[in-house]
Amino acid sequence: MQTILEPGRAEKNYWRDLWHYRELFQVLAWRDVSVRYKQTVIGIAWALIRPFLTMLVFTVIFGKVAKLPSEGNVPYALMVFAGMLPWTFFSTALSEASNSLVSNANLVSKVYFPRLIVPTASVVVAFIDFLISFVILVGMMLWFQFLPGPQILLLPVFIVLAFFASLGPGLWITALNVKYRDFRYVIPFIVQFGLYVSPVGFSSSVIPEEWRLLYSLNPMVGVIDGFRWCILGGEAALDWRTFGISLAVTAFFLWLGVRKFRATEKSFADLI
Amino acid sequence: MSDTVISVENLSKSYFIGHGGPREKNPMLRDMIVRHARNYARKAIDMARGRQIIQGDSVEEFWALKDVAFEVKRGEVVGIIGRNGAGKSTLLKILSRITEPTTGRITLNGRVSSLLEVGTGFHPELTGRENIFLNGAILGMPRADIKRKFDEIVDFAGVEKFLDTPVKRYSSGMYVRLAFAVAAHLEPEILIIDEVLAVGDAEFQKKCLGKMKDVAGQGRTVLFVSHNMAAVRSLCSSCLWLDCGLIREAGSTAEILDHYLRSSTKDVKASEVVLPEDLTKEFQVRKARVTKMDGEICSDFLCDEEISLELQCEVRNPVPGLYGYLQISLRDGTEVLVSDSFDGGGNPVDNLSNGHHTLRITVPARSLAPGEYVAYFNFASPMSAAGFSVDCLGDLLSFQITDPNTRRGNNRGGFFGTLLPWQITPCSLRPAMASDK
Repeated sequence: MQTILEPGRAEKNYWRDLWHYRELFQVLAWRDVSVRYKQTVIGIAWALIRPFLTMLVFTVIFGKVAKLPSEGNVPYALMVFAGMLPWTFFSTALSEASNSLVSNANLVSKVYFPRLIVPTASVVVAFIDFLISFVILVGMMLWFQFLPGPQILLLPVFIVLAFFASLGPGLWITALNVKYRDFRYVIPFIVQFGLYVSPVGFSSSVIPEEWRLLYSLNPMVGVIDGFRWCILGGEAALDWRTFGISLAVTAFFLWLGVRKFRATEKSFADLI
Repeated sequence: MSDTVISVENLSKSYFIGHGGPREKNPMLRDMIVRHARNYARKAIDMARGRQIIQGDSVEEFWALKDVAFEVKRGEVVGIIGRNGAGKSTLLKILSRITEPTTGRITLNGRVSSLLEVGTGFHPELTGRENIFLNGAILGMPRADIKRKFDEIVDFAGVEKFLDTPVKRYSSGMYVRLAFAVAAHLEPEILIIDEVLAVGDAEFQKKCLGKMKDVAGQGRTVLFVSHNMAAVRSLCSSCLWLDCGLIREAGSTAEILDHYLRSSTKDVKASEVVLPEDLTKEFQVRKARVTKMDGEICSDFLCDEEISLELQCEVRNPVPGLYGYLQISLRDGTEVLVSDSFDGGGNPVDNLSNGHHTLRITVPARSLAPGEYVAYFNFASPMSAAGFSVDCLGDLLSFQITDPNTRRGNNRGGFFGTLLPWQITPCSLRPAMASDK
């Protein structure tokens, strides 16, 4: 095997290399997951408690106090939770991915591997949390005696979409974060802000028609609406136009993220 | 396939570093605001252009490596030596693909594993067992390999009892032993190592050195950076000496080390030196000092005093043919006086018995001119099993001589402080010289 190192040389077999290092990906993901709840008393239960309490608060504030309408006759709590699942996944994945390179600085500056592994492996943590929270959803469906239709089978498609929606900006910001630590302070803000501009605590149907186009530029709108459609069925009809725009925005951010990441990857060790 | 596994051509690497401007003692608020505003503006422009942010008032390009070129053949073990900041670590980082060169080209034939630090990626919360797998994967070992060698690794580190304890509870010795054990079981074609032998106690260091010798003996190509000259000497067949980002010299280990040790430490400023134990040496100087005749450690002498150079030696195995060599030079490197242990008639260090001994060399009063001196020591033997050089100490001690008691004093010049008698005798005859005319 011959390797040639030259300035600015694009790695011809980058993607093959990435496949070569899949074991490292597994190990890093496993490390992040197993370390997450170490030395806590209730451990993994944190992944259940946090979304559950948030769901309660949202149901009370938006459903009971503001009296916003639910999707058809779906219980408000169930609608909130079906939106919160992808949102929590997105926000955790985005924050983990954005900080991943800086928090793994010791690895980046001492060992070679395709750097793309670090942010993608950190998203796995968010996915495990997502799976755990899914248990709550199943519990709630049993409680409300709600049976999903056949469209639930399409749910994995939207999970993959949520994964890409978080990975795109995540890669972009983590690459920038290596150079400019300002971005560390941007992420909590995006996450906080995004919670209110995404249909988490309310249904997309409350958005006035003239604002719909602008509103759907937020890639999470498509993902959350898709989730609600899969879980709650025809009661929460999916707007295909909105969904298409979200999909395009997601694809654009993913392209931007990967491009930026690949372009700056080689200088990470010098700048971190 | 060609026999050259590493080929480096015109390799250079530059970094940008920032400098703080001169700081006034009592800065005026106005000046500070202007300076900060200027810094902010520069940072904002840098960011808009996508450049890195550099702290400081002015920016300079710094070449960590400049036009480095060399080749390494299959199975060679090459030592890379040089002072701190010579560019050794930068070279290793480029070779292990962590960072890319600014100019130049490197061709590597084979799978490279690099070990720039022991325990890279160790996670304090994970147990010893988990960290072995984590660290192995980070170093590029396939999982199956780690499983196969697991018992061997644990055995080498000697941590069986604590395998399921988080490593944050480990003693620092256990931690580095485990980390080194994982790394020692790597099996790449090209191995790049930076300063990792400096871990653990003397016994473990010896074990590590042995393991490294095994690795080197298996026909792997190894690049090895170290400040431990004993390790370089025993492991490497050839050496590369880096100085300020340039290759100063390359060649056989013995030759390069000799030159390096001679050159590198003319700036010693010590009248007492304690040397770390090195169990690989049969004979070792453990302590050296410059004293007055009454035993008081001293660095400033009068020309009229005798100077005693005292070495405390430890003999672990009598070395046949051992002799000592002393060279006293001026700070600028000019050789002034050379002596060896045969000078006293006989050779007191030859086959010296096991145990501790004190060796004293006395420089007579008024032998050296006023000035600053450095003493270089080397112990060697043509008959030693470990190689010619037994304990090369290099420039070890320094002292200064002043001469306030003569008229010429410190301005005497020349090499000697010897006072020559000037005698005159009355003479009634005409001088002989005059009669020649």
